[in-house]
Amino acid sequence: MTELVSEKAVTPKGMGSDTARLRKPSAIARLLHRPELGALSGVILVYVVFYALAADSGMFSLSGLVNIFQVSAEIGILAVAAALLMIAGEFDLSMGSMIGFAGVTIGLCATTFNLSLPLSIAIAFSLCLAIGAANGWLTVKTGLPSFIVTLASLLVLRGLAIAVTRLLNGYTQISNITASDPDGFVVSLFSGRVGHPLFVWMAEHGWIDKKLDGTPGVDGLPASIVWWIALTGLATWVLLRTRFGNWIFAVGGDDKAARNMGVPVNRVKVILFMLTALSAAVFAAIQVFEVGSADTLRGTQKEFDAIIAVVIGGTLLTGGYGSAVGAFLGALIYGTVQIGIFYTGIDTDWFKVFLGLMVLAAVLFNNFVRRRATLAR
Amino acid sequence: MASQSAKAIVELRNVGKSFGTVLALKDVSFDVYPGEVHCLLGDNGAGKSTLIKILAGVHRASSGDYLIDGEPAEINSPRHALDAGIATVYQDLAMVPLMSITRNFFMGRELTKGWGPFCRFDVARADGIVVKELAQIGIDLRDPAQAVGTLSGGERQCVAIARAVHFGARVLILDEPTSALGVHQAAIVLKYVAQARQRGLGVVFISHNIHHAYAVADRFTLLNRGSSKGTFMRSAISRDEVLQAMAGGEDMQRIQAEIGKIGGGENVADPGGIDRGPQA
Repeated sequence: MTELVSEKAVTPKGMGSDTARLRKPSAIARLLHRPELGALSGVILVYVVFYALAADSGMFSLSGLVNIFQVSAEIGILAVAAALLMIAGEFDLSMGSMIGFAGVTIGLCATTFNLSLPLSIAIAFSLCLAIGAANGWLTVKTGLPSFIVTLASLLVLRGLAIAVTRLLNGYTQISNITASDPDGFVVSLFSGRVGHPLFVWMAEHGWIDKKLDGTPGVDGLPASIVWWIALTGLATWVLLRTRFGNWIFAVGGDDKAARNMGVPVNRVKVILFMLTALSAAVFAAIQVFEVGSADTLRGTQKEFDAIIAVVIGGTLLTGGYGSAVGAFLGALIYGTVQIGIFYTGIDTDWFKVFLGLMVLAAVLFNNFVRRRATLAR
Repeated sequence: MASQSAKAIVELRNVGKSFGTVLALKDVSFDVYPGEVHCLLGDNGAGKSTLIKILAGVHRASSGDYLIDGEPAEINSPRHALDAGIATVYQDLAMVPLMSITRNFFMGRELTKGWGPFCRFDVARADGIVVKELAQIGIDLRDPAQAVGTLSGGERQCVAIARAVHFGARVLILDEPTSALGVHQAAIVLKYVAQARQRGLGVVFISHNIHHAYAVADRFTLLNRGSSKGTFMRSAISRDEVLQAMAGGEDMQRIQAEIGKIGGGENVADPGGIDRGPQA
């Protein structure tokens, strides 16, 4: 592309940049300017450290890794949506409460109201989208920080979930949700195992662990991991290769400039609030169908886990810079450290200490990367 | 230069604007011809911003007419003005420093390809256009994916102007494009303004800096406290007269005299003493 302008003739001397032309930056130089760099180095570091500490503990067996990825996936599904919203310059603190709310909505619909599972899911997802839209609408119309608006919905949603569930059900827990259709489509959509034949085949050839009866130790990839990867891919495509993605960066970078250039700032923000709400609903559906029950307290503080993953992933807290792949890697680091610490034999009480230090290190490193990115190349 | 036979691209005829009880503009006429730089001068609060905001469609005039190509026009929003080819480059440039040059260039007007859910931002073609457009104004980009924050102030101003031109501007309204720039950077912008004129665009140039204004302007309109002090061809007005008008004329002389008394009086007899010009 740059070869188009290599003729000096079209370039009046003394105008524009005075620097000599250089070749297009190399792939490595480009990588050094990506927001994911910090998280990528973090992932490598974390795996090197855990390999050194716990190589023989079963952490790196297939079932150990699937377990780690499953924990990472749940955070990652939230983190991807939270990353898009944070790049647009806003927060959604109500994600955790939304998980509990969506879970009991599915549960109440399926048990107390005897609705089918697909209908229960549809109702829960629609409610979450509406609440997300309300969060966004309140934020853009009042001009209040989304931190405050969604802090309010954090409280309201949690309270609503507990109050309504106890009112209708007597308890704050709902069990036997999938009893009506335990092998139905929606159950496998959210908690199924993907690629079962492949895992059987691999077990037959002795490539993966077998149980005593010859069936594979891991009978497929959990659906949550597929959701995590698919949503990250979709979000990355939207961010980097669509019009809406450009608007997300513009809105978070400078909403006044974006508005002056004709970007529908309010619409972008409302849609992103709806997406964070939807990701919380997906998370809730996965949890509900994995265990078959709902609890009003599910998802407590998950909003912070998501934000931690997003920040470790290199997204700027004030918006305008970041990536979905970074959030993916941030979630992977979170899940790996949380589960990996069991295998090392270190007291798990130390997990939060590591996490806190890691967040600090990640932010400092990401600041450094970003400063480089905005310096001349 | 403005030729008398050509039609003004944009003309404001006897416009007034009041905000509540405050009269921001009264009975001001202003026009821009293709291929000319029309410089709008005046002190803070003289009404320059109000005038350009009326041109840009941000405000509607309370009285008077807005004409495009000699025809009365209804300009109710910045979008209308843009569609009519009237583009405004504000001081903040409407650029996001952390975003790439290409992303900024096409912000809000992204080039797309594909259909329906597969409609996507055509980055390769957009990059090509950016490199070509910027090469034309002498900015040699190594990588259109680099952040706008990596450009110098003058280059950023040029990118903002190039963006307006690329998207079909016939009239460019430049709000103090050189005020925050050093000498060299300002020169880059002024050269580009001259180039835009060469290409037949009408340029409305707002400046506090007499040297910058005098370097490129074909005509001057002087505003003072909301009313026009007249429009002059460059040949009809000297640098000092422009400066006088900008600095507030008698006010400045009085202050000069007072400063002279304090400091020993050498400056009083030297009207060139303020020739370096108040910078914004």
